Amino acid sequence: MSESTAVLAKAEFKSEVKPTWCPGCGDFGVLRAVYEAFEQLGYQTKDIVLVSGIGCSSRIPYFVSSYGFHGVHGRVLPLATGIKVANPDLHVVGLGGDGDAFSIGVGHLPHAMRRNPDITYIVMDNNIYGLTKGQTSPTSHFQFKTKTTPFGNLEDPINPMAMAIVCGATFVAKGFSGKAKDLTDLFLKAIQHKGFSFVDVISPCPTFNRVDTFKYFAEHVAPVPDAHDASDKMKALGLAYKTDTHYLGVYYQAERAPLNQRLAQARQHVETDRQTVLEELLVRFG
Amino acid sequence: MSSVHDIVIRIGGESGEGVISTGELLTLAAARAGFWVYTFRTYPAEIKGGHAVFQLRVSDKPLYSHGDSLDALLAFNQEGYDQHHQDLRADGTVVFDTEQVDESTVKESRQFGLPLSRIAKEEIKMPLAKNMVALGALARLFSIPEEYTNKLCKEKFARKGDVVIQKNLEALAAGKSYIEKNFSDLEHFHIQVQPSELRLVLSGNEAIGLGALVAGCTHYFGYPITPASDIMEFLAIELPKVGGIMMQVEDEIAALGMALGASYTGKKVMTATAGPGLSLMTELLGLAGMAEVPVVVADVQRGGPSTGLPTKTEQSDLNLAVFGAHGESPRIVVAPMNVEDCFYTTVTAFNLAERYQVPVLLLSDQSLANRNECIPKPDLKKVQVWERLVHRDGEGNNNYLRYQYTPSGVSPMALPGTSGGAYVATGLEHSEAGRPRYDPATHARMTEKRFRKLASAAADFPRVETLGDADAELGIVSWGSTLGAVREATERARAQGVKILSFYPRVLYPLPDGYLADQLKRVKRLIVPEVNSQGQFANLIEQRYRGELIRYNIYGGLPFRAGEILKKIEEVA
Repeated sequence: MSESTAVLAKAEFKSEVKPTWCPGCGDFGVLRAVYEAFEQLGYQTKDIVLVSGIGCSSRIPYFVSSYGFHGVHGRVLPLATGIKVANPDLHVVGLGGDGDAFSIGVGHLPHAMRRNPDITYIVMDNNIYGLTKGQTSPTSHFQFKTKTTPFGNLEDPINPMAMAIVCGATFVAKGFSGKAKDLTDLFLKAIQHKGFSFVDVISPCPTFNRVDTFKYFAEHVAPVPDAHDASDKMKALGLAYKTDTHYLGVYYQAERAPLNQRLAQARQHVETDRQTVLEELLVRFG
Repeated sequence: MSSVHDIVIRIGGESGEGVISTGELLTLAAARAGFWVYTFRTYPAEIKGGHAVFQLRVSDKPLYSHGDSLDALLAFNQEGYDQHHQDLRADGTVVFDTEQVDESTVKESRQFGLPLSRIAKEEIKMPLAKNMVALGALARLFSIPEEYTNKLCKEKFARKGDVVIQKNLEALAAGKSYIEKNFSDLEHFHIQVQPSELRLVLSGNEAIGLGALVAGCTHYFGYPITPASDIMEFLAIELPKVGGIMMQVEDEIAALGMALGASYTGKKVMTATAGPGLSLMTELLGLAGMAEVPVVVADVQRGGPSTGLPTKTEQSDLNLAVFGAHGESPRIVVAPMNVEDCFYTTVTAFNLAERYQVPVLLLSDQSLANRNECIPKPDLKKVQVWERLVHRDGEGNNNYLRYQYTPSGVSPMALPGTSGGAYVATGLEHSEAGRPRYDPATHARMTEKRFRKLASAAADFPRVETLGDADAELGIVSWGSTLGAVREATERARAQGVKILSFYPRVLYPLPDGYLADQLKRVKRLIVPEVNSQGQFANLIEQRYRGELIRYNIYGGLPFRAGEILKKIEEVA
């Protein structure tokens, strides 16, 4: 897919750091869609924070000229949530791979989803561990052979889309880095969504995964049917459990007050100034 | 003879039946009546059932420790008597529930048996008011005017309505009148004090919360854990009032992760935990050191290892606090010495974290966290609060370097939203601009920069307090809550003619050359008492001390008593 390796970035969002990814990596398409989405949204680089974990895809903040936080493995969502609750004016986007999101960091996922902070989480899913050079991942298929599953994977993969729908994410979508324009549109919708938006992006690894390739996906993806009702959780789950076709688009979207709004509401009747609070406490302990 | 200046009272009984509430109310009443108070409590890890103990020391002078032998014991049941009466001094007083304790087993001559359960059930018609009957009796025995107990009772039950208040007032009066009708010799304990508005009564955990508020903390993220949860419960109420946020999150990793995220945006942040939580946080502590993100982490130590003794005390997380992370990651470790110091050292922790952009660990412990002390009311106007060095809009020439090499090691931090400041905070080794860089020169220079901040911070460390004889050859150094017992033992030893110098550092790490060095040079023999088995602080100072190091370790889950330290001093003096 030469289209995805050629990063035609808008100058404003492209940093001076060159991506470290292998030629043909799906993550190039994701990066381009990120540039495009920010360009179309008209955000300023000073107001964007990209938060990532560890893995090939988690290098992405260095390639964008915005603020970033490249943390430790699996902790994208705590960092991103902390940033958003502390400064609601920032546009916070978490990014990482399937290992970061669904293995070491999976404990944070349901909580971020039920909490519903107004952030976007983009997972670049390649069904393999790339940075550590080819071990099985939580989205690797049953019987998939890797360096750590030489006789084939004995475990069934996680279903990220079903998990997100069930755990209470208010925006759940699937994208494919081989379809950059559609991906840009998905990112636009996800970032503009008020609440936690989750985008699972098929982002093939040409180096360590010879099964889940661009070619395979090109033949097995289809847009979410026009008739699909994204407000219907059960129908969304139906799409998530389709195994023959990978549907691309918004599976589920709901309106629910984001975390910051609830936090602000909770304190509006008690908020006063620090001096008053301290004086009251000195009386209480007196 | 019992000293009327200083009384140690212990209450023992079944957990959940009023031991703690009686103790807390007696503490507050005594404090408001003008006594100095100092409490100690242990409770079972289970919510109901098990033996609970509350100890209270009251005096007309400031107190440093929870005391040695008991002047009085209140036993709610037989176990409460059997477990504790041997700790009574020879002329000690026993107050007990005649319905629960077999009178024939009570040997002490000063004894006050009351049918607490029966009075509550039959006279007051409210069995739960047993503790208030006991409180009324104790207040009478310790000459605490009833106006204070009555007022507390009204406050405590204000939400429950007039009927409940009235019942409890009757219970207090019943306890008092039973004592007056049935016993003489009621003026044995009589402390003359004046109420003072210049004092506060609070616990170590509350003092940490108060310190955080004074220091400017706005965001707290935490996960419940004994014995630290009171801090988050306190801040859950107070932070929203100052426009801040307290969030209970899914685990300690998320707690520190969110704290670092919030700090990255420029907020003053904190989390608090105990040993098991601190173990989980170590990777992110390393990130905070590497990415240079300020954060305060309070560790209210409890008995370890593993789940250990969740409701007992130990000073055994020092190694973890100092060394807990892979690689070499800078941090500062401070330890408050008493409840008053929990307040001031928390402010210090925030100040150092912000000014030097490092994680600061605050090591409290269970004995300090859960006890109430009278402390002088802090003058908030005199408390210094420091802010972090921030890169502002339009500063410099569009060539902002987040991790710029500077003489102090501290580089201005751009907060997201600032134009011209965009950078990536990172756990990878990085250039001054925050870009991944692994070459030998960069790693060496950046390592030096990060540790240079600690050397710079040493100039801002609170001074090491000393007590005793400057020319003494025998020294004693303590850290954290051991201070009280050491201070009291030092005074008692000096009164016996022993020459001794005791000193108490608040900053335990780093211990750069020069810091502590004066004191360490002066003494030829040094006692290091610690509530742990391995002598973790002794290990830290061993490399810097040339004289004879006398380790004194206890590790039973209880804090030092002054008498134990005094005995050690006498043994080696």
